[in-house]
Amino acid sequence: MAAEAVAAVKKGTEADASFQPRIVAFCCNFCAYAAADLAGSMRLDYPPNARVIRLPCSGKIEILYLLRAIEDGADGVMVMGCLDGDCHFMNGNFRAKKRVAAAKKLLEAVGIEPERVEMYNLSSAMASKFAEMISDMTEKVRRLGPSPLGKGVAR
Amino acid sequence: MIVGERKPVAEILEMTKGYDRIFVAGCGTCVTVCLAGGEKEVSVLSSLLRISGKKTGHKVKVVEGTIERQCEREWVGEMKDKVKDADAVLSMACGIGVQLVAEMYPEKPVFPALNTTLMGFPTKHAVWLENCRACGDCMLHLTGGICPITRCAKQMLNGPCGGSLNGKCEIDSEIDCAWALIYEKLKATNRLDWMSKIQPPKRWDIAGHGGPRKTVKEEEVVP
Repeated sequence: MAAEAVAAVKKGTEADASFQPRIVAFCCNFCAYAAADLAGSMRLDYPPNARVIRLPCSGKIEILYLLRAIEDGADGVMVMGCLDGDCHFMNGNFRAKKRVAAAKKLLEAVGIEPERVEMYNLSSAMASKFAEMISDMTEKVRRLGPSPLGKGVAR
Repeated sequence: MIVGERKPVAEILEMTKGYDRIFVAGCGTCVTVCLAGGEKEVSVLSSLLRISGKKTGHKVKVVEGTIERQCEREWVGEMKDKVKDADAVLSMACGIGVQLVAEMYPEKPVFPALNTTLMGFPTKHAVWLENCRACGDCMLHLTGGICPITRCAKQMLNGPCGGSLNGKCEIDSEIDCAWALIYEKLKATNRLDWMSKIQPPKRWDIAGHGGPRKTVKEEEVVP
């Protein structure tokens, strides 16, 4: 009980630096996935918390993928698509954006912080931006604290 | 097709509160095509029920299943094992399916996960327009295939009202005036004189105002 109270206070004020969130990053093959590759080649430093899943396009994302990730204990979920207007399939990233917004509403309705799911846009050349986005999401989720569904899951 | 949309999640959670084993039943026909209650939507709703259960500490077992049609006894009969193992059935069919499932499994509570919204076709992907009110006395042959009962807010039978402006309806400038569409269609098919055929008052008793309607095809009824 006391530990929970401490956690609640921390959640509201400062992040628990020791908490290593588990983040699932759904990456479009044409931008984020390539940017991740470039970030690696450039030896850029970013948190190891994101697990990358390659999609042929961010428009392949389904609301169900986002919900399942949360259901199975992910602390945060990212969808990373091309810059507005740059989708290889014309409007896949706009579709993704709408689905992320819909998933946020659904999660909120069942008591999960909608901020645990976010959409990001970048190009394949933006390796440092990719690293920055992963850091940003990691820090954001760290502030939110562990997912209430992740309890008891080995980290 | 019959079109529906999922009820707000809060309403669904409220009606299924306290049940430990829920069978979320999808329908593979109209509501699958209108993206409201098919296999995919069943998975999304089931996931939400599980997330909510985990979050609130209420252990809920959710079973998923989608049959071809929930409005026919033969298909609904196929659900029996899943229904038997559940405390409650959450049907993602239209109101017709929900009622048949409830009738065929009288011992089980059956809840609707959708609001049945209209009968119509898509105007573009994921947008459906109401086209038929099942009035029981079709007059589409007179109106160029455009239904004034459904698409005219006042259900005018003999031409537009005074609120028709530039082909749009006075209740909403986004809505086409059904009678403007009818005029254009009759004109394009050289039947403009049909506009002056006077339609007598319609029989509303067979439009649902005389209690639930029944259709019987006598020669096919098994004695």
